Amino acid sequence: MTAPVTDTPVWTRKHLLALADLSREEILHVLDTAQGFQEVSTRSVKKVPALRGRVVVNMFFEDSTRTRMSFELAAQRLSADVIDFSERVSSTKKGETLIDTARNIEAMGVDIMVLRHPAAGAALHLSQAVDCCVVNAGDGQHAHPTQALLDLFTIRERKGRIDGLNVAIVGDIGHSRVARSDVRGLQKLGANVTLVGPPTLVPKAFEQMGTRVTSDFEGVLPEMDVINMLRIQKERMSASGFPSVREYVRLFGMNHERLGRCKPDVLIMHPGPVNRGIELAADVADGPHSSILRQVTNGLAVRMAVLFLCQQAAAGTPVM
Amino acid sequence: MTQLLDQKELQGTLEKLARAIAGAAPGDVPVALVGIRTRGETLARRLMPLLENAGLSPAHYGVLDVTLYRDDLTTIGPNAVVRGTEIDFDLTGTWLVLVDDVLYTGRSVRAALDALIDLGRPQAIRLAVLVDRGRRELPIQPDFVGFHTDTEAHHIVQVKLKEVDGEDEVELHDSPSD
Repeated sequence: MTAPVTDTPVWTRKHLLALADLSREEILHVLDTAQGFQEVSTRSVKKVPALRGRVVVNMFFEDSTRTRMSFELAAQRLSADVIDFSERVSSTKKGETLIDTARNIEAMGVDIMVLRHPAAGAALHLSQAVDCCVVNAGDGQHAHPTQALLDLFTIRERKGRIDGLNVAIVGDIGHSRVARSDVRGLQKLGANVTLVGPPTLVPKAFEQMGTRVTSDFEGVLPEMDVINMLRIQKERMSASGFPSVREYVRLFGMNHERLGRCKPDVLIMHPGPVNRGIELAADVADGPHSSILRQVTNGLAVRMAVLFLCQQAAAGTPVM
Repeated sequence: MTQLLDQKELQGTLEKLARAIAGAAPGDVPVALVGIRTRGETLARRLMPLLENAGLSPAHYGVLDVTLYRDDLTTIGPNAVVRGTEIDFDLTGTWLVLVDDVLYTGRSVRAALDALIDLGRPQAIRLAVLVDRGRRELPIQPDFVGFHTDTEAHHIVQVKLKEVDGEDEVELHDSPSD
């Protein structure tokens, strides 16, 4: 290396907790870094030594096989050692708190904790209690920053930009951490966000975040560049405020007919796993407008970037 | 600050480098030119037409990002910027010329060799650098050198290229603030 590196680093965070914390520049830096990591997954040796000798622990207090696998593979491609903490066999049910558990794990010499937890704010709480990096893999209804980052990455990849795009998020917005994180990220990068769903599931309060809120899915179809269909949680279907499945499909399901009324180059997204025939018809999910599998692929690169950047920031922190 | 090369001298040095590479290239093996980001990449791109003039047509051109292979990742901290490797050919069996701007400790080249070997098995790897400033920390030596210059550890050799820095020259600085 020749020229002195004097530029102020864009990324100095050792934790990734929520997109609300990040500036536009920080979000773009993660996306650009993820772009650089894309190539690693196309090699014959799908591994780089960037996190060799580091330990990543997946702490999942909620089931999410796919997110867990994505983080695990991302860490492995960076050559980190990965250990898994499963709630089922843990002592949390015996009354050990999250923080006690985390401190015990940290004492084994862990560098990064990836946390999925049903309580909003759990990742922030954890980050204040441990010295290692904390990456939020979803906390209650609060935030799911890596999902939002991979959505942004996919939109940028397919559309070439995010600024000025019309993006609809459709479904149970009120209960969705994906929606909250997507809204934050999309707005910071200049997209116009419309939230669509039954009034009981899309609180008007979201208008205060600067989004448009509507229950008229048909009406917004023709103007959208991107439509993100959220997964309907079947277990919530029985709760009050939720329409019947048939009614939901009729009003808010994306199908072939509705796709025909969208822009010809509309991008249909879904965080997975899809309830086929409910929020998304099978032929649309598998069709050329859908980016569902590409989102999964991009998720790997985005999570590699996040693990790498947080670890780099932690390494750059002067040891007191 | 001392100017080591001006624009004209830089061009002449690159032409000399191209002739040396062309003269050494085997005739029966595909030649690949791979630049190390950022300035090695630019130099490799500039060398392509110069090699053609010298009678050598490289079959492949690629860009290597060695950030993820560096042994000082823990000390450079958040300054590391990953932009990715762009090598869209199979480098197995090629005569591969690795291009960088300045050869100093040898650690970037060590990282580049590891990165290349993860991608395939070239028949041979050769190292071409614009400047060899000495003070190696690893047993790595160049095969093709634009010019040598003796330096002290506190010196900074800065290669400026039009495409990246807006001008063409090579400077020797006494310290980062000089």
